[in-house]
Amino acid sequence: MRLILSLLAGAALLNNAAQAADEVTLTVDHQKFTPAQFSIPAGVKTKIVIRNQDSVPVEFESYDLSREIIVPGHGETTIYVGPLESGNYQFFNDFDHDMKGSITVKAKGN
Amino acid sequence: MLATAIIMFREVLEASLIIAIVLGASRGIENRGRWVASGAMLGLMGAAIVALLANAASTEFSGNAQALLNATVLLGAVAMLTWHNVWMSAHGRQLSSEVKAVGSDVESGQRPMAALMLITLAAVMREGSEAVLFLWAIATGGEQGASMLIGGLGGVISGILVGMLLYLGLLRIPTRHFFGVTSWLILLLAAGLAAQAAGFLNQVGLLPSLGNSIWNTSGILSQNSLFGQFLHVLIGYIARPSGIQVVFYLGTFASIFLLMRTYGGNRKKKASL
Repeated sequence: MRLILSLLAGAALLNNAAQAADEVTLTVDHQKFTPAQFSIPAGVKTKIVIRNQDSVPVEFESYDLSREIIVPGHGETTIYVGPLESGNYQFFNDFDHDMKGSITVKAKGN
Repeated sequence: MLATAIIMFREVLEASLIIAIVLGASRGIENRGRWVASGAMLGLMGAAIVALLANAASTEFSGNAQALLNATVLLGAVAMLTWHNVWMSAHGRQLSSEVKAVGSDVESGQRPMAALMLITLAAVMREGSEAVLFLWAIATGGEQGASMLIGGLGGVISGILVGMLLYLGLLRIPTRHFFGVTSWLILLLAAGLAAQAAGFLNQVGLLPSLGNSIWNTSGILSQNSLFGQFLHVLIGYIARPSGIQVVFYLGTFASIFLLMRTYGGNRKKKASL
């Protein structure tokens, strides 16, 4: 058990060390994600700040990224994604499935 | 209104299916209804508290706290499902032969009553907190509030109905196959929940992803579709899993399977002596 915990702690440290992360701000406004589409580089851990300017909570969710997080009304939450392989990754608001967007991950040099 | 109904249906479905399987699998255990019901009540209370907290705090920490809580609840459920299944593989045969006897009592061994309660608690709390937040959002959302609330309620009721159908379906399985089927269901369910937990632990940064598209079957069966979600809950289907999710799925599956073999096997030997 102790071994597992120390491994987890080690993994967390490594992760933090790798956080010379790119940053993207995703705004929720009038039941829309802005930008609804954006690109990030492949192989880099990216910080996404989700800023909810509406009064109702949203749940940022992505099956492609296995991410799921509630952002309160007039609130802000941060998540990290990646490092990702190049491709297209969909996300949506689990409380309003019409509200969606996607992340394009591009290999460096393209 | 329909959109609201569908969202609430989805939120309730997971908890409903899990409870149906657990209720089915624990058939023949006395007082199980009471334990499951108290688990559901505690789960609702927990869900309300989580919803309040999630809506109050708004920092990076709160985001990590949400994911950690989800992972903990899920892994707790996996542990309890394991306990339940191992206990059942040791005592199930005995139970199934006495299942019709009124007031039958199975001697020996700690009964997994607390497990039943905690599994229900975990299932209700996890999905419930999202449902509470969602309903709160539409209730305060203005004009269409009333019709949306009705839609939401309709969604909750249909979600529960599907769970009841599954439960009734399980009860129709002939007794001699019954524990075999339900223990497989629980095994797959637990593996799927473990994979979900791995996703949350990766979200927090505690685990590496080990690759983020081990395969991608979104085009064939999207997790957004109803059938996709069904399979997601029942057998842990993930359209585009990360490596760590596959590792957790297979690891959990193998561990529970081996534990069941070990304990179930011992039991049979003893009985034949």
